[in-house]
Amino acid sequence: MAVQHLANGRFAWQRRTPKAEWLSWLAWLAGVALTVFCWRVMTENTIWDYVWDAPTQAADIGGRMVPPRWSYFPNIIKPLWDTLNIATLGTLLAVFISVPIAFLAARNTTPSVAFVRPLAIFVIVSSRSINAIIWALLLVSILGPGILAGIIAIALRSIGFIGKLLYEAIEEIDAKQVEAITATGASGPQTLAYAIVPQIMPAFAGITVFRWDINIRESTVLGLVGAGGIGLNLESSLNTLAWPQVTLILLVILGTVVVSEWISARIRHAII
Amino acid sequence: MSDAVRPRRWRPAPLIANPWLRHGLTLGAVIYLALALGTIDVNWARVIDGLDRGARFIAGFLQPNFSARWDDIVQGMIESLTMTVTSTVAGIAISIPIGIGAARNIVPRPVYYVCRSIIAVSRSLQEIIVAIFLVAMVGFGPFAGFLTLSFATIGFLSKLLAEDIEDIDPASVEAIRATGSGWFSMLSYGVLPQVMPRLIGLSLYRLDINFRESAVVGIVGAGGIGATLNTAIDRYEFDSAAAILLLIIGIVMVSEYTSSIIRKRVQ
Repeated sequence: MAVQHLANGRFAWQRRTPKAEWLSWLAWLAGVALTVFCWRVMTENTIWDYVWDAPTQAADIGGRMVPPRWSYFPNIIKPLWDTLNIATLGTLLAVFISVPIAFLAARNTTPSVAFVRPLAIFVIVSSRSINAIIWALLLVSILGPGILAGIIAIALRSIGFIGKLLYEAIEEIDAKQVEAITATGASGPQTLAYAIVPQIMPAFAGITVFRWDINIRESTVLGLVGAGGIGLNLESSLNTLAWPQVTLILLVILGTVVVSEWISARIRHAII
Repeated sequence: MSDAVRPRRWRPAPLIANPWLRHGLTLGAVIYLALALGTIDVNWARVIDGLDRGARFIAGFLQPNFSARWDDIVQGMIESLTMTVTSTVAGIAISIPIGIGAARNIVPRPVYYVCRSIIAVSRSLQEIIVAIFLVAMVGFGPFAGFLTLSFATIGFLSKLLAEDIEDIDPASVEAIRATGSGWFSMLSYGVLPQVMPRLIGLSLYRLDINFRESAVVGIVGAGGIGATLNTAIDRYEFDSAAAILLLIIGIVMVSEYTSSIIRKRVQ
């Protein structure tokens, strides 16, 4: 807000100074120019005939997708169980790895702010920047296709998520309780167990359940790159153009995701 | 007197008070773990084969090879970056009206339900599945990726924007209404100024996410750096794969850093 002093001794109210006004216009102009430029570069090789044809294609695929092939259902019970295991075991593995990393990354519990903390933060950032599917792609080529690759992929991706939220929770704890416990002459591990852990326990449980719910979602597609679970059936159904099966698999995935979201919401309400 | 003989120690209260429930849950967890671990079927011969590849992948991080696939990497990065920018802009442009429509406190009920269901559909469909369908419809290339990411942005941004609008301070809306203004003036003077800083923050955050996702949709043919990464890994060229992953991590770190600076200045 800028106030202008007029010659007759009165004030005039303006929303922004002229300089700020100009800057904001320039920023908008730059944004528009960048978008237009990116759009042109991106669509350079687009074949527009295919794009205009899309509604016809969509109608065609949609027509083939109904009705879902219910008789295929027994074939996806085992893959569904595998998918749940990938998500759950992957989350558990991630918890084991990310808890120590979170303590190393939190400013108030790390042994060294200058050396250990940046290292722990780097682990967290790298894990977060790479999607579970990419981890799965890599692990399948290293370990071979199967559930194991899926579990490790989910775990590697979740470390960053759990680690980041947990270390933020550790940094926000009430320092008075730590001080009180330290004042009794407690050792480092005792302070951890009686002053820090009880304070972050609800946050930790909430974060873990939340990530488990996300992992159910992610593990349903890991099979597309060969890492086990219901995604494998999706992949093979897509490859053989068995659209009624695709519909059934998508419905089952949707159902699983809705149920897991409901469970996680219930648990989080109960804890927090 | 027995208390003096047996010193009493304080124990923290258990998390779940009912012992039956507590031990039942532990037992259930143990049984589940046994069953779940039993289903992991590992082909150890294949794993031992793969360990060598794993070692090469880790070595690749120490000596990333940027030159072997440089042209592909540049092409993929250009696709990813342009896709990210355009899809974020398009996504925001669509999300704002939908987000406003999904805020319970400022729109009539029917509009609220329509917008909420659009958000629900966008959120429940996984990016990669949407990408598969869009590639089937519009052909391979970044345009399919653009559509996928724009679609995914709607669910994220509209939902958070709607929640934000529902949380605004009603006093200023009331003040604007009291001047006899219409719905649009109420929106632009009463609601938008309150949510603008958060909207900018969320958009920048989504820009980040869209870049990360652009690396994934390439795996199913929707353009971007993911396609290059997929080829590199399929051919076991782990040094090139490491180079691409390092680039992705680098860009994500830079964008996270800049967006946190911008967010601090705006808020």
